[in-house]
Amino acid sequence: MNIGITAYGGYVPRLRLNRQAVVDANAWFAPGLKTYAKGERAMCNWDEDSLTLAVEAARDCLAGATPADLAALYFASTTHPFADRQNAGVLATALQLGEILATSDMTASQRAGTSGLLTALRALQGQGGSALYVASDDRKTKAAGTAELLYGAGAAALLLGSENIIADFVGGHQIAVDFVDHYRAQNEAYDYNWEERWVRDEGYLKIVPKALQGLFAAVDVAPGDIDHFVMPCVLRGVPQRIAKGAGIAEAAVRDNLHGGLGETGTAHALVMLVHALQQAKAGETILVIGWGQGCDALLFRTTDALAKLAPRSGIAGALARRKEETNYNKYLAFNDLIVRDLSMRAETDKQTPLTTLYRNKEMLTALIGGECTKCGTVQFPKSNVCVNPNCGEFHSQKDYRFADRTAKVVTWTADNLTFSADPPAHYGIVQFDKGGRFMAEFTDVDVGAVDVGMSMRMMFRIKEHDTERGFKKYFWKAAPQVSG
Amino acid sequence: MARGIKDTVAILGMGCSKFGERWNANADDLIVEAFLECVDDAGIERNQIEAAWLSTAIEEVHVGKSGIPLAEALRLPYIPVTRVENYCASGTESFRGAVYAVASGAVDIALAAGVEKLKDTGYGGLPQRSRGALNDMFWANFSAPGSFAQLASAYRAKHDVAPEDLKQAMAQVSVKSHANGAKNPKAHLQKEITIEKALEAPMIADPLGLFDCCGVSDGAACAIVTRPEIARELGKSDLITVKALQLSVSNGTEVGHNSWDGSHFVTARVASKKAYEEAGIRDPRQEISMVEAHDCFSITELVTMEDLYLSKEGEAWRDILDGVYNADGDTPCQIDGGLKCFGHPIGASGLRMLYEVYLQLLGRANERQLDNPRLGMTHNLGGAPHRNVCSVAIVGRHDA
Repeated sequence: MNIGITAYGGYVPRLRLNRQAVVDANAWFAPGLKTYAKGERAMCNWDEDSLTLAVEAARDCLAGATPADLAALYFASTTHPFADRQNAGVLATALQLGEILATSDMTASQRAGTSGLLTALRALQGQGGSALYVASDDRKTKAAGTAELLYGAGAAALLLGSENIIADFVGGHQIAVDFVDHYRAQNEAYDYNWEERWVRDEGYLKIVPKALQGLFAAVDVAPGDIDHFVMPCVLRGVPQRIAKGAGIAEAAVRDNLHGGLGETGTAHALVMLVHALQQAKAGETILVIGWGQGCDALLFRTTDALAKLAPRSGIAGALARRKEETNYNKYLAFNDLIVRDLSMRAETDKQTPLTTLYRNKEMLTALIGGECTKCGTVQFPKSNVCVNPNCGEFHSQKDYRFADRTAKVVTWTADNLTFSADPPAHYGIVQFDKGGRFMAEFTDVDVGAVDVGMSMRMMFRIKEHDTERGFKKYFWKAAPQVSG
Repeated sequence: MARGIKDTVAILGMGCSKFGERWNANADDLIVEAFLECVDDAGIERNQIEAAWLSTAIEEVHVGKSGIPLAEALRLPYIPVTRVENYCASGTESFRGAVYAVASGAVDIALAAGVEKLKDTGYGGLPQRSRGALNDMFWANFSAPGSFAQLASAYRAKHDVAPEDLKQAMAQVSVKSHANGAKNPKAHLQKEITIEKALEAPMIADPLGLFDCCGVSDGAACAIVTRPEIARELGKSDLITVKALQLSVSNGTEVGHNSWDGSHFVTARVASKKAYEEAGIRDPRQEISMVEAHDCFSITELVTMEDLYLSKEGEAWRDILDGVYNADGDTPCQIDGGLKCFGHPIGASGLRMLYEVYLQLLGRANERQLDNPRLGMTHNLGGAPHRNVCSVAIVGRHDA
């Protein structure tokens, strides 16, 4: 059975930290950082994490239509919000994928993104149906280290299946080597890195070629036929050297998106793959390398269906939705790298009653409200009695998902009093274009840019973080709709 | 058709503590301060009270739950005491309980007391607190100013009012209340302010600046009510009676149904219309001598003038700038300084509004005394524009 990629999606946080601002702030301490002063890196807003990025990439990929035969959901990351609560399960609920679904988290290596993808593709070859594969990362770094400048945050999603394939899966090869260029122990916040020159010479330059040899031995494609060589690597020039050594054209080496995004961890191979798919033409080959305690090599070939895929944001669109952040202090605060005086208003107990969450998970995680079967009024939340004053019918509502509906601002304010990690807190009543409304928190908004009538799009975000117990509370917020 | 409450219950006495940052007072101290004035005014003994109501809203800061804090503070003789809470409209709920008890004939004399001790939180403004398990999981994390500030955004859009014009009218609301509050020795804030000072104040929740927000205060107020004939038997000749007492409670339509435009209070319109009917008032702007409105924020007072049918829709901001609600205007509003300056000890506020109307009707308001008022209205609101409870009371001279 022919299988492959049938759709793609991507997401990058809107905030882009200006690297020069980081270099300037740390020049007194780490003058060597100036080598990395060019460009910007994506940084999460205070209410974003790998899970919220994953939801956005997956929504972009599904484009409002979940395949009826969807059998599996995979979520790859090394920064899953939960170590023990299946993150793919939260993702599945947020996407309203239903209970008849195989869900798995792929983790513990930078290679998890590509290894998981190979596993998913091979499972599909055996079982049929379609699968949604999402990779997302927001790696934490210490302040004033090179990683802070090299890393970014982002997510990519691929729909895998056997019908309407936009890129055939040609073959893959895996090498497992316990080469420890960096590691992060359980319950540690930051990576520990070994010397770059050793990583380059004994790691990348020796291990990646082995994976390439294995791949090319197994597929009927020659290195010279590779149109797009996707190889995430923060060490300059390494992908070019490997391509040259393998006989892959230098022009095929893809931009690693360092300039405007940064390395997005276990998602990065897929982020670059999605970016390549957005630029590729039919019949082109895309070779994807995944690195981390070994190496994965996956080969795809685009089809005529690529051009027919419905428009979506992808990585290119997500990169275009951008707001420069020059305030390094804000980055430090969002990433808990400084201790802020949050004021007494931040001290309220934020415990999530898990019983309440479970009873209301469709409402809270999937933004499902009700539609009255008597009068047709849609409403949030779904309730026992229809909210339409001219109806008021009991128990008449069926599920109605608001997440993918656009809304307009009815009332708003920018509040400096209530506790917010990024004041002023913007919120107001938003009204959905097909009816229904509620008072929502706004996110990704700029002071002075909100007004009544503004178009908004719902986004899955962190509502509160119960730091006392390590639990993140998620809900949907309204963000300005990006036109075009 | 119900007979209504008009003239069936008289106010026998009232009392009100000094409002403000009462750093050295506990809730029971505030209750006793208001009660001693009230019981002395009523001319009865404490043990003649047959039932009592206690209103307090944010009981977790200090007061605690149940009717016991009132029973204990006054050592009431094992009579029924009910604690009521309806957000910031709690004070009028306490009054309603006592008035209905007397009107029913169940008791002859009842006490309504309200208290709030807020200045034990350690910070300004109302306490940040849980709104309930499920609500905390999806409600916007709004503050009181943030929820009311939204009225301005919708009002501007609906009536095409320029932001500067609305801000100017809001400033005038506060300037007027500060001028009135400066004449009230019990008020929390007793300083006059200028329009410029109001306009230049730090932004709390766009477009509400510091002077668009009322004070957060400690305080208590109470009323003793009875039937008019008993009041006469007790030697009262100048009777003040309840003309109307209405309460309207949001049912989720505003926040959940597209019919509400966000610029006004549905409840205030319902409650005031019913109150005018109950009191037999046809032209409120002509007949109502004075208004104590729930001016938690300047914009609340502004739109409320329309919701009480005193200003025409979309014109309150002009009426305010024209001085209609000033002390020397057609319908003086917040002659005691209002929530803005008298202060807002939540559970006491509704009773404090009635206290000022009562003093004015009896000609006891000293420097603030209006010229021969006959009917006064209180508007006591709780919650937020999208989800609130609204009490409207009309009291007047018995012969009015």
